Amino acid sequence: MPNIKELTDLTTQVRRDIIRMVHKVNSGHPGGSLGCAEFFVSLYQELMERKDGFDMDGIGEDLFFLSNGHISPVYYSVLARSGYFPVEELNTFRLINSRLQGHPTTHEGLPGIRIASGSLGQGMSVALGAAQAKKLNNDDHLVYSLHGDGELQEGQNWEAIMYASAKKVDNLISTIDLNQQQIDGSTDDVLPMGSIRAKFEAFGWTVLDIEKGNDIEAILEGMKEAKSLTGKGKPVCVLLHTVMGNGVDFMMHTHAWHGKAPNDEQLANGLAQNPETLGDY
Amino acid sequence: MKTYTYTEKKDTRSGFGAGLTELGRTNPNVVALCADLIGSLKMDQFIAENPERFFQIGIAEANMMGIAAGLTIGGKIPFTGTFANFSTGRVYDQIRQSIAYSGKNVKICASHAGLTLGEDGATHQILEDIGLMKMLPGMVVINPCDYNQTKAATIAIADYDGPVYLRFGRPSVPIFTPADQKFEIGKAIKFTEGTDVTIVATGHLVWEALEASKALHEAGISAEVINIHTIKPLDDKAILDSVAKTGCIVTAEEHNHLGGLGESVARVLAQHRPTPQEFVATNDTFGESGTPAQLMDKYGLNSEAIQNAVKKVMKRK
Repeated sequence: MPNIKELTDLTTQVRRDIIRMVHKVNSGHPGGSLGCAEFFVSLYQELMERKDGFDMDGIGEDLFFLSNGHISPVYYSVLARSGYFPVEELNTFRLINSRLQGHPTTHEGLPGIRIASGSLGQGMSVALGAAQAKKLNNDDHLVYSLHGDGELQEGQNWEAIMYASAKKVDNLISTIDLNQQQIDGSTDDVLPMGSIRAKFEAFGWTVLDIEKGNDIEAILEGMKEAKSLTGKGKPVCVLLHTVMGNGVDFMMHTHAWHGKAPNDEQLANGLAQNPETLGDY
Repeated sequence: MKTYTYTEKKDTRSGFGAGLTELGRTNPNVVALCADLIGSLKMDQFIAENPERFFQIGIAEANMMGIAAGLTIGGKIPFTGTFANFSTGRVYDQIRQSIAYSGKNVKICASHAGLTLGEDGATHQILEDIGLMKMLPGMVVINPCDYNQTKAATIAIADYDGPVYLRFGRPSVPIFTPADQKFEIGKAIKFTEGTDVTIVATGHLVWEALEASKALHEAGISAEVINIHTIKPLDDKAILDSVAKTGCIVTAEEHNHLGGLGESVARVLAQHRPTPQEFVATNDTFGESGTPAQLMDKYGLNSEAIQNAVKKVMKRK
């Protein structure tokens, strides 16, 4: 049984990491990062089968690909706190000569990262290739991917979504962060996408919703159901209903904190809402 | 003077197909992807022999590049196949982020490059692809000259760990390099020794350069013909050694003069040994419909154009 208290404490610490990292360099993307903190913690602490250490090929373990690379703060925090690199390195986020680039990359050799992302819409194709390589290697582990909902406006996704079901890539769980926000406003204001569920279903995917996308128990339950649906001839899509900026009240329910750093006062406020649990880096 | 003849003509894309077939038999990690152009890319035999290692992507080149990048994660060596236009310009950002910046071991194999695609016209005749690809950090760019060299290059790039752009074409052209050649990435090949002018050529223009050197020889001009099959990394030394002897150079390629082999050569010369240079290349233009031969004549990409460039550059010594 997962220890929900431990996972919750880790999530709180991850939130602190996110806003401290972004505040320090006065740049980065806190909103989407905060919205996905529970998901990343659940994925790396409970859901994925991971080997010790890191090798690029990842044969014999589950893989994760982040397509919306701008939420790198949550990715870096959870990777560090899952043992991929020292947590002190979070201090170098977005600084010159750092392995923690603004958007994730393999280029600087940061353990845990298997593809560069940031230019949107490319991650699902990469995840598909990795999933098909697993099949060729008779490796029955899963491939996970995460995508923004606004990111689905990029056409390459739909090439990938069409391909995944046509080729029965059923060892893939693609999660959509359904926070309904993007840089210029709500997704409905910028470019209404209609029912994302209906679209994925029409393209031949198995779709399930996690309505409480910021609730660790709900995430674990939903993702375990998603896992149980793999290997049945269809790719699996999880619609993760999250609140952008979750856990820092003034950042919630708005697109305003998509790519904006808090000032000193706002940082103090955010940290007060998320008391230190495992120790700051 | 060493002369070259041929007994057979074949398309360079068939050299790619033959190389891929051989890789299918010898390297279990090689996989192939195609975006609905199997016949044009001559991938049929590889597919027949290795159906489980072939991925038909459909008309979705962006997805193909991403899937290829993903397949490397797990140790595969993906060879993507489509026309040069759809292998580069259409998917530049996918190649840039998911392949080049990510350092993925993908071989981007591009047929129907340049004007010699012919009748389909300018929408498909990319003359900018060498420039696009050579600008990407870490990308190797190769443009072989005949069937045998294309086959050898295809086999060789599987043993190189990193992204490669392999460019070849549609028309039948003379086969004049040996069937048993060993292809060395980045190593120029000197076809003829000469003292008056250096002719550096790539792709379909190598045969034209050899034809030009014969005619020039009869006119009393001694041309040194060098085949640059690898535009990046460029064999600087071969070029510099040759111009140290000849004092002038003509570059020849089926590509825009902006961004092509000629500009790469000019950079080396400007840095190390400023030397008069003339460019046989297209002049910042799109192509048009026509037969390959008509197009190469109209746009000045043939033996005669090379000879004229030689005469011009020699006056500038």
